Amino acid sequence: MSVFVLRRVLTLLATLVGASVIIFLVLDALPGNAAQMLMGADASADAVRALTVKLGLDQPLAVRYLQWIKGLLVGDLGNSYVYGTPVASLIAERLVLTIPLAIMSMLITVVLALSAGIYTAANHNKLGDVGVMSLTQIGIALPNFWFAILLVLLFAVRLQWLSAGGFAGWDDGIWPGIKSLLLPSISLAVVQAAILARVTRSAVLEVLREDFVRTARAKGLGRREVLWSHVLRNAMIPVMTVMGLQFANLLAGTIVIENVFYLPGLGRLIFQSIANRDLIVVRNCVMLLAAMVVIVNFVVDVLYAFIDPRIKVHDL
Amino acid sequence: MSAQLSTPDDAPVATRFLPARTFWGRALRHRSFVLGGALSLLVVASALLSLVWTPWPPAEIDIASKLQPPSAAHWLGTDSFGRDIVSLLLAGARSTILVGIIAVSIGLSFGVCLGLIASAKRGWTEEIIMRFSDFTFAFPAVLSAIMLAAVAGPGMVTSIIAIGIFQIPTLTRLTRGSANAIWAREFVLAARASGKGAFRITVEHVLPNILSILIVQATIQFALAILAEAALSYLGLGTQPPQPSWGRMLNDAQTLLFQSPTLAVYPGAAIAIAVLGLNLLGDGLRDLLDPRLARER
Repeated sequence: MSVFVLRRVLTLLATLVGASVIIFLVLDALPGNAAQMLMGADASADAVRALTVKLGLDQPLAVRYLQWIKGLLVGDLGNSYVYGTPVASLIAERLVLTIPLAIMSMLITVVLALSAGIYTAANHNKLGDVGVMSLTQIGIALPNFWFAILLVLLFAVRLQWLSAGGFAGWDDGIWPGIKSLLLPSISLAVVQAAILARVTRSAVLEVLREDFVRTARAKGLGRREVLWSHVLRNAMIPVMTVMGLQFANLLAGTIVIENVFYLPGLGRLIFQSIANRDLIVVRNCVMLLAAMVVIVNFVVDVLYAFIDPRIKVHDL
Repeated sequence: MSAQLSTPDDAPVATRFLPARTFWGRALRHRSFVLGGALSLLVVASALLSLVWTPWPPAEIDIASKLQPPSAAHWLGTDSFGRDIVSLLLAGARSTILVGIIAVSIGLSFGVCLGLIASAKRGWTEEIIMRFSDFTFAFPAVLSAIMLAAVAGPGMVTSIIAIGIFQIPTLTRLTRGSANAIWAREFVLAARASGKGAFRITVEHVLPNILSILIVQATIQFALAILAEAALSYLGLGTQPPQPSWGRMLNDAQTLLFQSPTLAVYPGAAIAIAVLGLNLLGDGLRDLLDPRLARER
């Protein structure tokens, strides 16, 4: 077990370093001069040079990269080119929205997907199975931002139960905040749940065909008991893999969905920073998102080994 | 593929005209293949039609007739610039298909090559290629497009490249996994024994045998590319005006949700139809091309 975890930790670190190099190269090496981009094409050469020195962009690439990494490790991400405020606090402000949004969406995804997946597998080839599976086929095809717009049309424009966008914050208690994240998280969750439901269904069906299921039934356990106590645990491995991968899509999805609902989260911060040419903010936000994706997938991998001790043998 | 299978004698007369042993005979009886094929054809036909004819010129701005309800002249009405919705939808199919084809081609050419190399060379080469494809997983299409847009400026080319890059790791993994299975087969051993090199074996034996898997996956990737393009155009990072695009139309429509809600319905439905069609087509192809891969139904 410890060898497996150690190996995975090393891969994790290598992946994080690789991702940081790519992000740095794409965002800081390609455009040539961030100062020029900030000041526009008609800025005087002297002014551009002064800003370049002020932002520390005259240092060699490797030095700037190491400075960035050193900063990342101690939580000092530098100052925004545009606002002059620390990037870390800009990001922290936005995470208060994006993290609850991601968690809510994942919860809704899991509840929807597992109930649909288990229901359809238990009712294999019956009318309910066919119906729910057709629904998931449509769910997969829906662009999540369009589904979000449809939800706004129904709940904000037509029924006027919820507001069409904006974030109430957490100052007046938890409920107003959750209420303003409700539509965004549902629209993120439905498409993901459609995929996960299909994965759950085939995983459960696969396990149902195993010998130990027949044995459990033969020793007198009811269908329901077998399903809940024997089948589900074994079906969770593929389901968790997909959940880990979906988390990446979910984070990317928040960028789009935050824009639909005008939510001041990390996604909108990235978006505004691109418009403002604030590359230092973009770089740190993208790194944060990439790191979250990689770390979640690492956690999933390690969790497998606990759920199913056979995994580490395969992987070594 | 399954030459010994034939239509049972008691099959309904209508289906007996289609011999079960030919590909098309089985294909035309496969529900999701037929439905998916029809929807995909609809999108392709719209794109082709828009090249020669649209009810109105899609880029023609006519402020006097803005936000009109559906009528005989404008079947689905007009948008806030007085442009005809039907014409915009038809022309939008063009951008969608163009972006999809180029992005999937980028993904396929790099992904399949890398996968085949990894599988043929093994050892360190394989390790490096696979680790590389592992960490590109950390960058979903929207994220990589955002990075590219931040430095290169938003645009159709940027979004195509970003979507293409995002497709590479999936296709690399799939190619390598299925190629490894072929390399383990006896006929490859026989080919090696007869003195064929790794390159010839890859081209003559491995590639033809994994082609059907790749075709199926390419269909699915096409659908993913359409979704990614729509999201990027919606954010203003993809296809730029005056080039019509479904994602862009949704962005325009969103500011008018309270005045004309239906504007937001059509472009999204078009995207959903295209994606649904390709997904169903992919499912159908999977069953038809390689029955062993048929998913649990």
